Order: sequence, then structure tokens, then C-alpha cells
Amino acid sequence: MAYEVVIGVEVHAQLRTQSKLFCACGTTFGLTANSQTCPVCLGLPGTLPVINEKAVEMAVRAGLALNGTIGEHNRFARKNYFYPDLPKGYQISQYEAPICEHGWIDITAAGQSKRVRVRRAHLEEDAGKNLHEAGSGMSLVDLNRAGTPLLEIVTEPDLSSSEEVVAYLKALRDLLMYLDVCDGNMEEGSFRCEPNLSLRPVGQTAFGTKVELKNINSFKIVKDAVDYEIRRQTKVLSEGGKIHQETRLWNLDRGETAVMRSKEEAHDYRYFPDPDLVPLNISAEWIEELRSGLPELASTKQQRFITEYDVPEYDAAILTSSKALSLYFEACVKLYPHPKTVSNWVMGELLRELNHAGIEADASPVTPERLVELLMLVDQGTISLKIAREIFPDVYTSEKTAAQIVQEKGLTQVSDEGALGTIIQKVLAKNPAQVAQFKEGKQQVLGFLIGQVMKASGGKANPGKVNELLKKQLHG
Amino acid sequence: MSLTLLHKLTLSELQRKFTAGDVTATEIVRAYFLRVAQVEPKVKAYLTQCQESAVAQAESLDRALKGWRKTTPMMGMPLAVKDNICTEGVRTTCASRMLETFVPPYDATVVAKLRAQNYLLLGKTNLDEFAMGSSTENSAFGASRNPWNIQAVPGGSSGGSAAAVAADECVAALGSDTGGSIRQPAAFCGVVGLKPTYGRVSRYGLVAFASSLDQIGPITKDVTDAAILLGVIAGHDPRDSTSADVPVPDYLKALRRKDLRRLKVGVPAEYFIDGLDPEVEQAVRMAIETLGELGADIREIKLPTTDAAVATYYVIATAEASSNLARYDGVKYGRRAADSKDLLDMYLKTRAEGFGPEVKRRIMLGTYVLSAGYYDAYYGKAQAVRTLIRREFEAAFQTVDLIVTPVTPTTAFQFGEKAQDPLQMYLSDIFTISANLAGLPAIALPCGFTQAGLPIGLQLIGRPFEEETLLRGAHAYEQATTWRAKKPAVR
Repeated sequence: MAYEVVIGVEVHAQLRTQSKLFCACGTTFGLTANSQTCPVCLGLPGTLPVINEKAVEMAVRAGLALNGTIGEHNRFARKNYFYPDLPKGYQISQYEAPICEHGWIDITAAGQSKRVRVRRAHLEEDAGKNLHEAGSGMSLVDLNRAGTPLLEIVTEPDLSSSEEVVAYLKALRDLLMYLDVCDGNMEEGSFRCEPNLSLRPVGQTAFGTKVELKNINSFKIVKDAVDYEIRRQTKVLSEGGKIHQETRLWNLDRGETAVMRSKEEAHDYRYFPDPDLVPLNISAEWIEELRSGLPELASTKQQRFITEYDVPEYDAAILTSSKALSLYFEACVKLYPHPKTVSNWVMGELLRELNHAGIEADASPVTPERLVELLMLVDQGTISLKIAREIFPDVYTSEKTAAQIVQEKGLTQVSDEGALGTIIQKVLAKNPAQVAQFKEGKQQVLGFLIGQVMKASGGKANPGKVNELLKKQLHG
Repeated sequence: MSLTLLHKLTLSELQRKFTAGDVTATEIVRAYFLRVAQVEPKVKAYLTQCQESAVAQAESLDRALKGWRKTTPMMGMPLAVKDNICTEGVRTTCASRMLETFVPPYDATVVAKLRAQNYLLLGKTNLDEFAMGSSTENSAFGASRNPWNIQAVPGGSSGGSAAAVAADECVAALGSDTGGSIRQPAAFCGVVGLKPTYGRVSRYGLVAFASSLDQIGPITKDVTDAAILLGVIAGHDPRDSTSADVPVPDYLKALRRKDLRRLKVGVPAEYFIDGLDPEVEQAVRMAIETLGELGADIREIKLPTTDAAVATYYVIATAEASSNLARYDGVKYGRRAADSKDLLDMYLKTRAEGFGPEVKRRIMLGTYVLSAGYYDAYYGKAQAVRTLIRREFEAAFQTVDLIVTPVTPTTAFQFGEKAQDPLQMYLSDIFTISANLAGLPAIALPCGFTQAGLPIGLQLIGRPFEEETLLRGAHAYEQATTWRAKKPAVR
């Protein structure tokens, strides 16, 4: 039997606030355990939460960018469960009245575009972290992260393949990073995703039993885990088995998912409105103010690049794939008004180095100014395009200017007719057969001869000049 | 003045003496600890006494003042604080084994306000564990006694604070009131207890029992003192989102008028029911007459949903408590059971050992009413009834300025009388609970004594944030009567 895959995704995005959601503690990652805590986020008796307005603002901006409806009357609810990393014995979250509902985001996967509906996005506080000391039989608790603001974003079950899931996650992550509300760092847990997945026979409308996947901290793992789970469930169903409603953990070493907890073990969270927090009313005026202050998002920017800079759609998509890259591109074009040339360099040489280093364009050691300087050297005829490409890794790693590197390496382009003439004479003398062919009308041989001259010059010869001089020699 | 008589003074009297330079802070502390040493073995009001720090504080205060007497209202005033209100550096137990050794690293906002005025903390007073109870019999460290009759309970949960004030073991005290926990013990002990409007006083640092109902308030020797202390602790606190940003008036000004002309006072028939002790009813009816004689316009009003208040309260309060008390898990502070096999075992043992039976009962009840499938029938329904109760009061306050009722159906009962019957115990809050559900300010003050010599309390309930009217009514009545002159003879 053929099965249809139905996937929904839950994302927890950490909001980039200075302080936690309900107290003044900082949110910096990786500090000494429990150094970023206070009586409130430690859940000491008698302490009370106070909402961080900046977190609300970020959540509203994200909700608007997700094309959602912003709830004007928000309530926080307590989600009750026991765990050592949860200091109060409940998590402050939103239940009945989330900050955003009915949003959507457009994605493209395998050449197909699709609108993914976002059911809701709500604010909640993060828990801390349990650390298990191997061999000591002891568990320690670090509450630095406890109380950090999260935006939980839940889709409708609109996705149907691992490619779509990855495309959705990338689009969502880009969007949040464009808005500056999340740093998107998956390894540090700033952007965590939990797909839930079920299969049903093609044509059936009722959903199958769904399984939730956890412990996923890269796009590659998302893809692997979803693909694995599709295979597993297909196999189980094909053999007449039953899927159990459960949460499964991705095991990186084994490359498979394993049961974490079953439905029977699922908590009854006993949600109820948190009486320590008054209803959070978000005025229509504030929503409109935040809407008008939204930055240009990727899809709009992509269209603008196509019309304003006349770059192909493919280029525009890549250039706007991150906010930092798009800003980099525009900074270059401002200094050097040849968008397609800039685009080629940014998508080629620059991205190769950045991806290799795993950094964003705003952290590039080659600033737009330095890239443009290199391009100008080509335009001025100081170096050839080929040399420029060759020395780019040097420009990337060294602090010297491109001109200095060219000079030190003796790579200045040779345009002098006398010097080039000597090289050409030698090349023609070495290749009498090709010279004869050219004279018989075989024009294609010219390319070969130019190549030989370039090679003999160590790549430094000005190709335009070589072309001109060679023709003169051969016709003469 | 003889030091041995200092403890008999009210807060306002002691303030005057201190400001005038007639007594020093050190003399005050000495006098009070003399008194404490004398009666505490019988009353057992305190869980922790702070003699050393209070003496040191008083001495440094006297040195700093050097006879220069520009004082703040609470400077040098010897207060007791209920042991569910956090005090930096002084253990705060909530009368629970769970927090037996817990020393908060911070002051509750109300304590910080008192500290800023250089008050003197004499000690932390007994209560029913986590403020759950009406007699202090649920204290893990033993019950307090009623200074009027040490065979009788002082009431609860702020029984220690009320007993301490009644026995002159402090000049005034702070209590907390979730369903009557200030007013009922005040009535049982013959002192004044004020539960402010919900949001009038910051809850930051008050160990939560039921967050939507809890409120800190003064327990004092007379109405003037209540006005003084309320003025000090009231006001918006940025650390408590539920505290209201409403200006704090000068409550003493409200006491200047001695009559009650043009004041409309409502008497709800629903508060004069079967089970109301005839002696209590008689005293309250007489008090109402007195209010009339003072010029108040007395009217019958209706609060028909009153009979649902106790049930509503025990759903909402326990639901919130079940969540509020989840943090006592043995992980971070307080008690942790020894020799646990694993995490679940640690949770189970810690909570089994750390909580007393009444707290466990309420956690179970609250967990149940919030459970999937029962939420709508219990918690949802209770919230709907709470709204009805609030609306009834709103409607009543369209026609009256104050509502007058008994505080409790009976006077102080004997130890053990109700301890085995939780439902009977819950019903002793029947007249006080509605003010918490509706978030209204209410005051309890003495209005007579039974044949057996136990105090009877009168309750006035006011509009939200109109504590001034409440104090004005209570003060006029107090001044027109002589009940406050009678003192318990603690033997």
C-alpha cells in the first residue's frame, strides 16, 4: 500500500533579549553554571515573575512577519510538571490565548513552492539543564538558561517530506534572523525543532498515529531523522504493525530513533492561567507601530534585487538567503555599481570561504571595501580575473590589501607590448603546426595559442592585449 | 515611664514617646523581650525570636540618633512578622518541615519598606503550615495559644501574629490573608486585623499559598495602628505584576471624622444564618445599632451567592496551591529526604516527609480539580462563580458604602475541637472568604465578649481601594465603644 507522509513541526526559538522573560538576569550562553540566576528564576519561595516587554515586542514582530493574527488579550498559563531543571515545578507558557495565531510562511522544496500554515506562536520560559556526572552517580542542575524567553512556533500538519521540513526550518530561521529576534544558533539550542510525523494510506483523510521526534540540532539531522522515521513507519505499517503514539529521540551514533516516552507516560500538565501575571493586553496601536517598523524580509528583498540590480532570480535567492549576506551584497554594489560581477564574486569565492569557516557575511574578514578593491584591480588591468580569483584566499586570510598582495607576489599583469611580443614569438616558434592550421583558416586554434601565451607568462599576461598582439603577428 | 509598662502601648502611643525622646529603641526592645520571656511559654506565638539582632539594631539606631528625633513612622517600632513573609537572613519556615532551615537571601517588599524605616524585627510568628488552616494546629512546630484562654485556639492561619499582638509580645504584626487568615485570628484574639484590597500591598516575598487571593495586612491593637501600618506597606511594586499602581492616601486623615453621617452600611441577610453563635449574633447586631447611632444609614442587602463561597474558595485556592507548592521538591533548597533510590523516590520521600496532612490534602484536592477532564467541572465552574460573587458585591456597593457582618460563626474554639473534621474547620472561614474571592478590603475589630470571656469580632467590607472608608467606619465604632480597653490576663 502507498502511504502519504504528514508532518507538523514545533520550533522553539530563543528570543534575543538582554534579560530573561520574567526577571532581570542575563541570557548569555556558556557562562559558569548558575552564575546567571536570581531568586526569581531560581524559583525561591515568595518570588514573582514580571514580564519582559522586549520579549513581547519580539514575539509580536515575529508573529507579524509570519503573517499571523496578534492576540490583543494574552494570558500566561502554568504548565505543571516535576523535573529538576524546572525550578518552580511549572513552566510559565501560554495555553488558551497565544500571542500569534493563523500565520503562514512560503517555502520552496524540490522546485515546488508551498504555503505552510503556522497554527500558533506563543511565548514561554525555557527550563534549565541537568548535567549528569559520569560515574559519580550524581546529577547537577544549571539554571542559567531557566527563564530565557522562547517563542514556540507550531505549524499545521502541512509538510510531507524531509526536504519540505528542512526548507520550512531554513525559511523560518532566516525570517527570525532577518527580524533580529533569534540568533538561529542550532548548536547552542537557540533554534530547536521537533517534527511530528504520521503516515496514512493515500486517499485516507483521517490522520495516522503521530510520533514526535526530539534531540535534533542540525538541518542534516532533521533530514536524516525524518527520513529514518518515514522508512520505519512505512515498514511497520506494511508488515501489518501498529504505530504507537510516542516521543522518539534521535540517536546520532546509531543513526536511528528510539522511544523516549510513550503516550501512557505523557504528562497531564494541568494548565491553568498564571495568577501571578495579569492579562497582557497588546494594543492595536502598538501592533501597527511594530508592523510599520518591520524590516524588509527575504521574499520582498529578493524581488527588489531582481528589479533594482537586474540580477537573475537564482542569484537574488542566494543573496537574500541571509540578512547579513544581503547587506554585504548591497554594501559592495554601493561602492562598485556592477551588481552581476559582485553577485558572481559573493556567491562564488566569498560564500565558499564563509561556508568553509562556518560564519555569516557580517563576520567576513573580507569587508565589502576589500572585495571591491580587488575587483577594481581587475578593472584597471592591474591583474587578470584569473589572478584575482587565485589570490582571493590570500585576501581572505591576510590583513594586507589586495594591491599589496599582488605586488609582493609579483602578479601585476603584463601589458607591455615588447615583453608580450617576446613571449608570443617563443610560443609561435614552438607550435608551427598550429600556426599553419590558423593560416589555413582554422580560427579555433587562436584560443589554444592564447592559452599557451598565458601559461608562458605565468598567468600575468593581459589576455586582451595577448589576443590583439597574436592576431597581429599571425595575420602579419 | 516604667519599662515594664511599655508593651501596653499602642503603635501610635509608642511612636509619640519615641519621637519625643521619652524612650530609646534599646529600652523598647528590652521591654518587649521581657514581656516575651514572661508570656511566650504560654502563648507560643513565635517560631523564631530575633533578640540579638533587634538589640544590636536598636543600639545602633540610638547611637545614630543621639537624641536627634527626626523619625520615620516605623523607626524603632518593635514588630512581629508572620513566618511566611521572607526576611533576609532570618529563617522563614512557613511552619513547615519543608522549609525548617530556609533562610531567604532577600526581604519581602513589605519587610524592605519597614527595614528602610528602621523598624525592629522581634521575631517570626507561628501559622498553620503554608497558611493553610484556621487554628495554627497545622503548624509543624506546635500550635499557638489564645491569650484570652490558653485552652482555645488563636485562630489562623496568622494565629501567631494575632496572639503576639493580643499578648503584647509586639506592638503590631504583619499577617497574610487568603480566606480570612488575618481577620479570623484577629477576631479570636480581640485585636484589629485588616485585609487590604487585592493589589494594594505587594505580595513579593510572601510565600504563595493561593496567588489570586493572598494579601499581606496589619494586625494591630487598634484601628489607628492599622491605618499607620497599612500606610507604610501599601503601594505599587514593580516586582509584583498584580500590585496596583494606585496612589496611597494618608490613611490617618480618614480617621479624623468621628461620625458616620451620610455613610450607607449594608447588612447581608446571608451572613446571619443557622450555625451563627447567638452570642456572636447578638454582639454584631448591637454593633450595627451603634453604627446607626453614629449616623450610618443601615440597610438590608442581598448577597445570594454567599453559600457557594466556601466551595468556590476551596477549588480555586487548592488549585493554585497545588502549583505554588510544586517547587518544594528537594532539589534546590529546603528539606531533601535522605537515601533516595532515584529522582522519583527523592520527590516522593521529600514531599511525604516535608508536608503535613492538611497541606497534602489541599495539594491533592488542587491537583484533582485541575486534572484533564475535571478542569471545566471544578476550576472552570469555580472561576465562573467567583465572577458572580464579585458582581454581587459590585451591585451591593452601588447602594451602600460598607457592608457589615460577623467575622466568624463562633468565637475561638478549643484545641482538637475541629482538627479532625476539615470540613468544619473550612466553615469557620465562611464569612471571610467572599472578600478574598472578590478582592475587597475588609477589617475585623472587637465588638464584644462572650459570657466565657472570649472576644467577638465585627467585620466591615469596603469597595476596592477604599480602605479609607473601611478605617473611618471601624475607627468611629471603636471610639464609640470600650472593647479595646479590655486586655487578656495571660497567666
